[in-house]
Amino acid sequence: MANLKTLSTRPELLAGGHRMCPGCAEGIVVRQVLLASDKPVIAGAATGCLEVCTTIFPYTAWRIPWIHNAFENVASTMSGVEAAYEALKKRGAVTQEVNFVAFAGDGGTYDIGLQALSGMLERGHRVVYVCLNNEAYMNTGIQRSSATPLGAATTTSPVGVRMAGKEQHRKDLTAIVAAHDIPYVAQAIPGRWNDLVSKAEKAYAANGPAFLNVLCPCTRGWLYEPADTLEISRLAVETCFWPLFEVINGEYTVNYKPKEKRPVREFIETQGRFRHLLREENKHILDEIQAYVDYQWAKLLWLAGEGERPSKQPAQAES
Amino acid sequence: MPKTAMEGNQAVAYAMRQVKPDVVAAYPISPQTEVVQSFADHVAAGEVDTQYVAVESEHSAMSACVGAAAAGARTMTASAAQGIALMWEILYIAAGLRLPIVMAVINRALSANINIHCDHSDSMGCRDTGWLQIYAEDVQEGYDNIIQAVKIAETVELPVMSCLDGYILSHAMETLDTLEDAQVENFVGPKKSSLSLLDLEHPATFGPIDMTDFYFEHKRQQLAAFDGVLDVIKQVGNDFGKLSGRTYGLMEGYGLEDAEFGIIAMGSAAGTAKDVIDNLRAQGKRVGLLKLRVFRPFPAEELVAAVSHLKALAVLDRAASPGAIAGPLFIEVAAALYLKNSSVPLCPYIYGLGGREFAPALVEEVYAELPSIAGDGRQLFPVRYLGVRE
Repeated sequence: MANLKTLSTRPELLAGGHRMCPGCAEGIVVRQVLLASDKPVIAGAATGCLEVCTTIFPYTAWRIPWIHNAFENVASTMSGVEAAYEALKKRGAVTQEVNFVAFAGDGGTYDIGLQALSGMLERGHRVVYVCLNNEAYMNTGIQRSSATPLGAATTTSPVGVRMAGKEQHRKDLTAIVAAHDIPYVAQAIPGRWNDLVSKAEKAYAANGPAFLNVLCPCTRGWLYEPADTLEISRLAVETCFWPLFEVINGEYTVNYKPKEKRPVREFIETQGRFRHLLREENKHILDEIQAYVDYQWAKLLWLAGEGERPSKQPAQAES
Repeated sequence: MPKTAMEGNQAVAYAMRQVKPDVVAAYPISPQTEVVQSFADHVAAGEVDTQYVAVESEHSAMSACVGAAAAGARTMTASAAQGIALMWEILYIAAGLRLPIVMAVINRALSANINIHCDHSDSMGCRDTGWLQIYAEDVQEGYDNIIQAVKIAETVELPVMSCLDGYILSHAMETLDTLEDAQVENFVGPKKSSLSLLDLEHPATFGPIDMTDFYFEHKRQQLAAFDGVLDVIKQVGNDFGKLSGRTYGLMEGYGLEDAEFGIIAMGSAAGTAKDVIDNLRAQGKRVGLLKLRVFRPFPAEELVAAVSHLKALAVLDRAASPGAIAGPLFIEVAAALYLKNSSVPLCPYIYGLGGREFAPALVEEVYAELPSIAGDGRQLFPVRYLGVRE
């Protein structure tokens, strides 16, 4: 990985003065991902917090060429950009080596953007796709996505007499992406910049599509103090709620194993979106989340060649 | 100029090859399929150096086209009906971002019910998207229009739909004159971009968010971009005429100048009407046709001037607009005639939906009715349907 001294000499490609919330992880992640590139970057973004907060006309925070098209299509848009680059390079109209990055939230990736992403991966475009995963449709006001974890309160999976937050486990999109057999897939967090930057470097170096799924705590949607963003992202890793791993040419590697795997409750109790799970009547949901985290962690270790295949899938929580 | 015989779709793909697009991102759909297949053959045979992106849906096709065009590539695609409908969201974006994408629209009916045959509901549904629309009467025009569309699009920096009737023309083998590769290459010229994502020296933000304080101005600018477009289309049509011997304008009158009774129509129906006109004129009837070639921008002035002398005029729509007074073409014609204070009695017709055959007998039926329409004078005639079982 390029050392800190080298990174510090590179220009800031996302200008300050944008409109993201205090404590937003996305700006941090974007700056680090852009910094990690040793070549010029051309980026695209899906409709979402990042896009809206960085490009209120007549201002833009992007010091690089950048395109926003629509909500579900940053992957197909950047496929077109990359194809154009290849064509123009072939006829000598461009010579500079560049990197392409597509930014999208979990909404624009797990759900409405899944088709376009799958197409881009299947066709093998050389684009780094970064999912800024704050586990809900945050820009439209905190609605559930398929990335929202079990039990989390959102405006479309609220807490009430009949429901206690989201009733399904989150979708394992990283596994879906890995199933496309692309050169590089990884999960990361903003709270470990070293890990994130080196993963971004590997993504840029991939000879084909690369995918980074970055957990982005959201102070507004997860309900915690803005200053705690990085610490909460680290807690997600320490509890194995969001493992750090890579899939390089189909081979799984777990990057970090906590010396002491903390109970998921320690992650849960830091956020207002899970507050109702601390009530006695919802204990079964908390247990279900722990079982799910344990199973996924054991499965990940097994995929990485460490440990036995876990024996059963946890059942879905009943309301 | 080599004279040859091709099906409409083949001719479109052949013209695309000659125009040398940098990127083609397309998804198959009847009756467009042979366009993308034929073009893929050209790529595979090394006859054209195009990045052919076999996208996984039409929405992604137009999305990829937006990305490619924003990166300064000459970008083309093709679709029809449900495919156009699926990419509808992105059509507005392509136009709003002033991207000179050229799309062959192989006109087909929109579901429900699903019907893969010809009508104009797909392109008519796009009349507010900000795309230019040019319609072809036959395979020759289908070929010629693609070449001109690229030149027009890149001159005015707006996207263009080149429309060709599904099956009737797309799958019909007709003779046509083709141009030499070098002639087409010289005619369209190299691709120039005023702004590009690949310009690292001048990084630009494409597609920012507008609040209420800027969107209206941006739309106003987009609308202003249409101001000189008709002149550009005519200029390109003239230049094409010098090259090929076939000059194109915004419309074509056939037996119109001294006609008493006229029809306005677009697409292959114009060809059928011409045949009927020849027969009726031989019987001494003064009948004529205004074939409208360019629907967007709508050439109101020239159209009104061409038809104002008529005793009665039938407007033939190959698409319906449920809840509207009549079909989309009729409404534009009526508005133009009214605003220019023309008193020509005007009657709306709808024909050929879902590929219903538009036989010469139906054209005769229209001309037979026009004298009584003339007698009734200007009024809000209800729509007449040609060839449907009531």
